[in-house]
Amino acid sequence: MKVRLRLPALPEQAILDEQDQALITLIQTGLPLSATPYADLGRQLGMDESEVITRLKRLTDENIIKRFGVVVRHHELGYLANAMTVWNIPDEMVSELGSCMGQFEFVTLCYQRPRRLPDWPYNLFTMIHGQDRSDVLTNIQTLIERCGLEKIDHEVLFSTRRFKQRGAIYR
Amino acid sequence: MDKMDKMDRNIINILQTGFPLSEEPYAEVAVQLGITETELLNRLSRLLKEKTLTRFGPMYDAQKLGGAFSLVAIQVPEDDFDNVTEVVNSYPEVAHNYQRDHDFNMWYVLATETPEQIDEVNRDIERRTGLKVFNMPKLEEYFIGLQLRV
Repeated sequence: MKVRLRLPALPEQAILDEQDQALITLIQTGLPLSATPYADLGRQLGMDESEVITRLKRLTDENIIKRFGVVVRHHELGYLANAMTVWNIPDEMVSELGSCMGQFEFVTLCYQRPRRLPDWPYNLFTMIHGQDRSDVLTNIQTLIERCGLEKIDHEVLFSTRRFKQRGAIYR
Repeated sequence: MDKMDKMDRNIINILQTGFPLSEEPYAEVAVQLGITETELLNRLSRLLKEKTLTRFGPMYDAQKLGGAFSLVAIQVPEDDFDNVTEVVNSYPEVAHNYQRDHDFNMWYVLATETPEQIDEVNRDIERRTGLKVFNMPKLEEYFIGLQLRV
């Protein structure tokens, strides 16, 4: 998806000036693969290299850019299976247990979401990766033992079909 | 993944942890890896071309940029599944859609420019399918890294 930016900002939104917006738009498909990528971006934007670096530092400090780096395709790297694993955790324990689960390298997403009672009691969602389904289940067992989740209800939802995957820029 | 050697893996692991904001960032990373800048650039370019990596660049916080995301689940009767899939997938706001083995068997992610559009799309899907949608936006995030050691 294209990042479209609007001002004025909503409360949760960051304040970005026009140069920030131009920079964000320019790098959303990736950084130039050249010896001096920031100078190259600057040339396209009419900024000097140090301004590009300063702006990117600020965007990173303000967490508008969560991090720089590579986006990997799990499948290509041998992580062939994954399961959305959902947990019903007492509200006061979500932060502690969520932080514990988030440390493991096979956990790639760990979000608190609202319960939808009575149909849906689960409030913590994790995406667990593995080489195959049994590896995923082993990893879930590791989480249960290491984070003390023996008494926490959970369900494992393997995907059976994927219908659509748009190339969203941020996920 | 068979095409990746040890150095490719080292590159991916090191770049998942961040990238320098300095004048010659690739040269800096190359020193850490013990290779030349040219070799690093060539390998990165190949990994992107082979689609082992989808992208090399910034990960944004979409909410801070004004966009909205939500995960939505529906319990779809088995016989209706194909029709409902067709309706849901017809919206450009649906970023992806998975069938999962559960009573809640359809899980889609909405990505919209504003929070209001999340509700609009969901209401429209309810109207067209006659099924209740369960909207479950993120409340808190305990991990964002998407880091996998390879």
